[in-house]
Parts: sequence; structure tokens; C-alpha cells
Amino acid sequence: MTDHAVPVGGPILTRPFKWLMAIFGLGVLLLIWRFLAGLGATTALNDGYPWGLWIAFDVVTGTALGCGGYAVAILVYILNKGKYHSLVRPAILTSALGYSLAAFAIVFDVGRYWYIYRIPLHFWQWNLNSALLEVALCVMAYVFVLWIEMAPPILEVMQEGSSPFFRRLAQTTLPILNKSMVFIVALALLLPTMHQSSLGTVMMLAGQKLNPLWQTPFLPLLFLVSVVGMGYAVVVFESTLSSFFLKRPYETEMLGSLAKIMAYITIGFLAIRLLDLLYRGAFGLAFTSGWLSFFFWLEIVLFVASAAMALSPAVRANPGRLFQMAMLMLIAGGLYRFDTYLVAFNPGPGWSYFPAVPELFITIGIVALEIMIYIVFIKRFPILGGASPARSRA
Amino acid sequence: MGVDRRTALKGMAVAGAALLASGPGDQAREPHPAPSDAVGMLYDATLCIGCKTCVVACREANHMPPERTALGGGIYDSPISLDGQTRNIIKAYEGADGKSSYMKSQCMHCLDPACVGACMIGALQKREHGIVTWDGSRCIGCRYCQVACPYLIPKFTWDKAIPKIVKCEMCSQRIAEGKIPGCCEVCPRSAVIFGKYDDLLAEAKNRLKKNPDRYYPKIFGEKDGGGTQVLYLSKAGISFTDLGLPALGDTPVPELSQEIQHAAYKGFIAPAVLYVALGTVIWRNKRAEAQGKEEKP
Ligand code: SF4
Ligand code: SF4
Ligand code: SF4
Repeated sequence: MTDHAVPVGGPILTRPFKWLMAIFGLGVLLLIWRFLAGLGATTALNDGYPWGLWIAFDVVTGTALGCGGYAVAILVYILNKGKYHSLVRPAILTSALGYSLAAFAIVFDVGRYWYIYRIPLHFWQWNLNSALLEVALCVMAYVFVLWIEMAPPILEVMQEGSSPFFRRLAQTTLPILNKSMVFIVALALLLPTMHQSSLGTVMMLAGQKLNPLWQTPFLPLLFLVSVVGMGYAVVVFESTLSSFFLKRPYETEMLGSLAKIMAYITIGFLAIRLLDLLYRGAFGLAFTSGWLSFFFWLEIVLFVASAAMALSPAVRANPGRLFQMAMLMLIAGGLYRFDTYLVAFNPGPGWSYFPAVPELFITIGIVALEIMIYIVFIKRFPILGGASPARSRA
Repeated sequence: MGVDRRTALKGMAVAGAALLASGPGDQAREPHPAPSDAVGMLYDATLCIGCKTCVVACREANHMPPERTALGGGIYDSPISLDGQTRNIIKAYEGADGKSSYMKSQCMHCLDPACVGACMIGALQKREHGIVTWDGSRCIGCRYCQVACPYLIPKFTWDKAIPKIVKCEMCSQRIAEGKIPGCCEVCPRSAVIFGKYDDLLAEAKNRLKKNPDRYYPKIFGEKDGGGTQVLYLSKAGISFTDLGLPALGDTPVPELSQEIQHAAYKGFIAPAVLYVALGTVIWRNKRAEAQGKEEKP
């Protein structure tokens, strides 16, 4: 914790940023259309495939990509590896963004969004048997917790700011926040453990519609384990990217040891995945399920490739290769989620789904928004540690 | 470093124990028998002549607008499957051996319904007489019920900006008025009949016993997927999978996932234990760190 986080500084409205704004603007227009015309007009969703890209990517994969904060917090706060501390803030920021936008995606995915407020409030109507309820409540709570965790850097800026009101606010809240951090961090570890596993439980209810290569009582455990691996990969990914774009030194050594941890977790994941298939006698399906077999093996190959790369010292010493390793892992974990929620989901003959163009562009717009907020945050608030702001503009 | 390792190990042990305490175990769910006031329907495919009168009657009973199906230059009220304005449908089956049959589909009113287990906020519930109805004042339109229902029954009005879930509710509005479901009222061959669940089950068993040659030797819904309040009989030689019904086995569809869910969250004990464990470890680590700092100059 010797190195202090500092704002990167520099102009916000760069040319790439304006491009992102344009992409997001298009998404907003399409979203307005979605609300006026309904889901049928703007998506390819249907009664056989009631969940599509928005659930499989924005929500399920999006929150998994938002688990960098969770994965790093396990290391720093539970396994007491203080050396990773400088990774905490950027990781929490990506988590806060990933989760907030996943929550937003739920708002435009559900058909009767005007009743959403009841999910957290109408507790007497809760169906405690519903895994989706558990996911919904936990995700909402976690978004809240993540932004509390993001408060210190914002307050630190206020403390130095010119407005006396905000200065006072920061001076009174910061110590309280710092004192209660133990409770908040513990919550920030508990909530993802709960809802990331429940995201697996959710699809258990799809029963026979989900191909037996994916349908298993181990879905919750598999979702949980793979999300931790993805969490470390996200940190490697994001740290390398910001070093590259902001011309800061790479944190190769630290990311390399993260990669090693990620590799062990991935090996654990693969072991559970394969043992479960053998135990259920479903392994044969890996060779007889046509194009689903292909997707199954693609997943396995991606996981194995990324773990193998992470175990090689040469890769771990090289920022570029580390980045490739992280990408492979994110694609592997993302594909596993896509397969479980979409590809291996088969409601029966006669149904098909492929995302419609507006659906796609809304998702792309959301990603653009996420990147824009990230840029604003690291430039204006003390998120990234290490290098001095002067060097970053070199 | 020594202190570090020990606290870390201890942390893992505590957290692990909390997770183990939440593992699946003695959490068997209670069985879901038919409620004492349960009503149901019995569809006998050997009697159905495919006239589709019930499809029209269902539309009228539920005040649904006619379908506008464009076919070969004309427009017909001729839906090809259940949809946002069709709660009941008759389809034909034809086997390679020339055997043929009709098949009626609508909600099965499961004894242990997957859709009810799915719905976060109790919009779908087993209400009076065990009928599964949809409450529009609760539904948020998440469509998890559609993902969950093994019979693909709940439909969504995709073309509407203010959409609904549409499914057969066994004409509960008519039953409340002392009438019987529209489809059962009009069937000219009594291929689909309405009655008390127990009576219908006895009737189905009776038909099987009296005419074993006429029927496929099984009552669909007696046990399938935990049992359903709508029961089916099929012609000899035509299985229920031929007619498009899934082979679910006798276990209720929501059983396994709910057992896991209950094991992990019963009384919220496991999460609470895990929370305290996590908090303790974090606090100890922080304290160790602070002490370490003091010791070092
Ligand atoms: S058939 Fe489907 S919609 Fe009807 S009660 Fe069963 S699960 Fe629910
Ligand atoms: S769409 Fe409505 S009825 Fe179906 S599960 Fe969601 S909230 Fe319940
Ligand atoms: S019971 Fe009523 S809603 Fe259900 S299929 Fe028959 S007529 Fe239609």
C-alpha cells in the first residue's frame, strides 16, 4: 500500500471518446424504440427462446466480467496478499460498472419493467424458491455495495476540491467509511459468492431443455469457480490495457502471479466439469451431439489453452502474451455462460434464435457507455496506482 | 510471513466450513400431492375427432381476439401453435405406420409447477382448486416461467409495448361462476372433460382397465413431472412422446434446483455464518497488518 492511487488526468473528449459517444447514442435511440414498440419489434426473442443476448451477455457474462473486484478482494482481504492492493481500486471500478450496467440491462430486458421496483420492496410477495429472486436481490445489493466501495476515491477528490460543502461531506464520511470497511468488504465477498453460484442454479430449472453436457446439479459450483478464474483474467486484461493506452509501466510481475492462481482455479474447474460428466455418464455426448459437441470442445480447448499459457513462466514474463492468456480465459468463461444460457438451450423443434440487429447494437452501446465511464473515472479520480500523472502523459 | 500464512489458512478453513455446512444433505422437499379441492381435465385422444371446437370456445371463454393467420392468400383464424392469444390448440400426429391421432395442449396445471417455482414475485401461483393462474398486478415480465415450463405453455405477447404472460388458467373465472371450462363445455365427443381431480384419475384408470386394447397403457400426468391436474390418455400404439409430451420421469421438475437452493439458504444460516467468517478473517488480517507496521520501524 506504499504506492498511492492518483488520477491520470488529461482531456476527456478525445476522438475515440467521441466515437464511443456516437455508438452509445445509437444504442439510446434503439432503446427508445424498444420501449415504444415492444420486445417483439426490436429483438429476435420468441416463446421458445424467451432469453437471448441481453440475458446471456449483458447480465450473465457481464456480471462475470465484473467479478474482478471479487476475485482480487479474495486475495487481498482473505488470503492476505497485500502486494495486490494496488489492483483493488481499478478492479472494483470495473466491477461497479459491469454490475450497474447489467442491472440496467435487466430493466430493458424485462417486459413489465414498471413493476421492477417491487422485487426489492415487496418482500411479502417473494418466492424464496426462486433462484432468480436470489440473483436479483443479490445483484441489486451488490451494485450498492460496490458503489460504497468506490466512494473513498470520489470523496478523496472532494476533500481537495473547492466546494466547502463537499469538503465537509468528505471529511465526515471518509473516516466512517474507513471504519466500516470490514463489514462492507465482507458483504462484497459474500454477495457474489451467492449470486454467481445462483446464476448456475437458475438454469437447472430449464431441465431437459438444457443439453445434458451442461445441465448438472454442479452448475452452481461450476459457475462460481469459473467466475473467480474470469475475475483474475479481467484484472490482467484491464491492467494491461490501461498500461498500454496510458503509456504506464506494465505490472507484469504481479499479473503473472495472478495468472498462476487463475491457472490452478481453471484446472479445478475443468476437473469438476469432466468428473461430473463421467459420473453422470454423459461424457459420450461430447462426441455425439453434433455442433453442440463442437461448442463443448471449444470451451474445453479455450480453458486448457489459457491455463497452459498461464503456467508457462515465459508467458507470465511477457505482457503481450499475458494479455492473450487473459483474453482466452474471458472468452472461455463467456462461452461457457453463453452455451449454458443460449447455445445448449433447446426448447424443441421449430424454435430458433439469433440476436436481431437492434438487440446487438443496444448491447454494443452499453459496452461503449461502460468504457466511457471508466475513462472518465480513471482520468479524474484516484483509481490507478503506481506511476505519476506526469509520466502518464509522456 | 508466518503470521500471514497462518491467518490465511485459518481464513480458508473457516470459509470452507461455512460452505460445507451449506452442502446438500438432509434437505428433502415435501411431496406435493393434489390439493383437496383440486379440479382437472381429462383428454382422451381416442375420442377426439380434431374438430377444434374447443379452440374456438377457449378463445370466446377468455375474450381473446381471433388470430389472423395469412395462408395461401387468405386470412384464417388458424393458429399453428399456442401463442400470445391462443391458450388451447389441437394438433395432429401421424406415425410412419399410418397411425394417427389428435393432441390437445394447454397448461397441465402441474402439482409441483416449474413456472411457479421460477416466478420471483408470485405472479404465477397455484391458487384455488390447484389451478395455476397469472396475476398481472405482480408479473415483471422476466419470462423465467417460459424458460422453466417443460411443456412450453406460458406465452408472451411480444408484439405489445405493455406485454403479458398468457396461458390456460382452466377458465378459473368461469369456475368461480359455477360454470365449467369453455373447451370441456363444447366438446361434441366429450374427448375433454372437466371434474374433480380424484374422480378424473379414477375415471382414467377405469377406462384403461375396461379397454386395455384401445389405449396406450399409461395415464400421462398421473406421476409425470411430479403429476399434473390435466390427465391424458392415448391410443394404443401411440406413446405420449409421439404426441409431443416430454419424457420427464416422476421427479418434479423443480425438485433438484430447489433442494440445492434450500440447502444453501435455509433460514439464511449458511450465508450469515459465511458473512461472519469473512468479516472475522478480514478484521484479523487488518489487525495483523497494522501490528506488522508498528513493529517495523
Ligand atoms: S404446464 Fe407449465 S405453465 Fe402449466 S403449471 Fe405446469 S409448469 Fe406451469
Ligand atoms: S414473466 Fe411474470 S409470471 Fe413469468 S416468471 Fe417472470 S414475473 Fe413470473
Ligand atoms: S380450460 Fe379454458 S383456458 Fe384452458 S384450454 Fe380450456 S377453454 Fe382454454
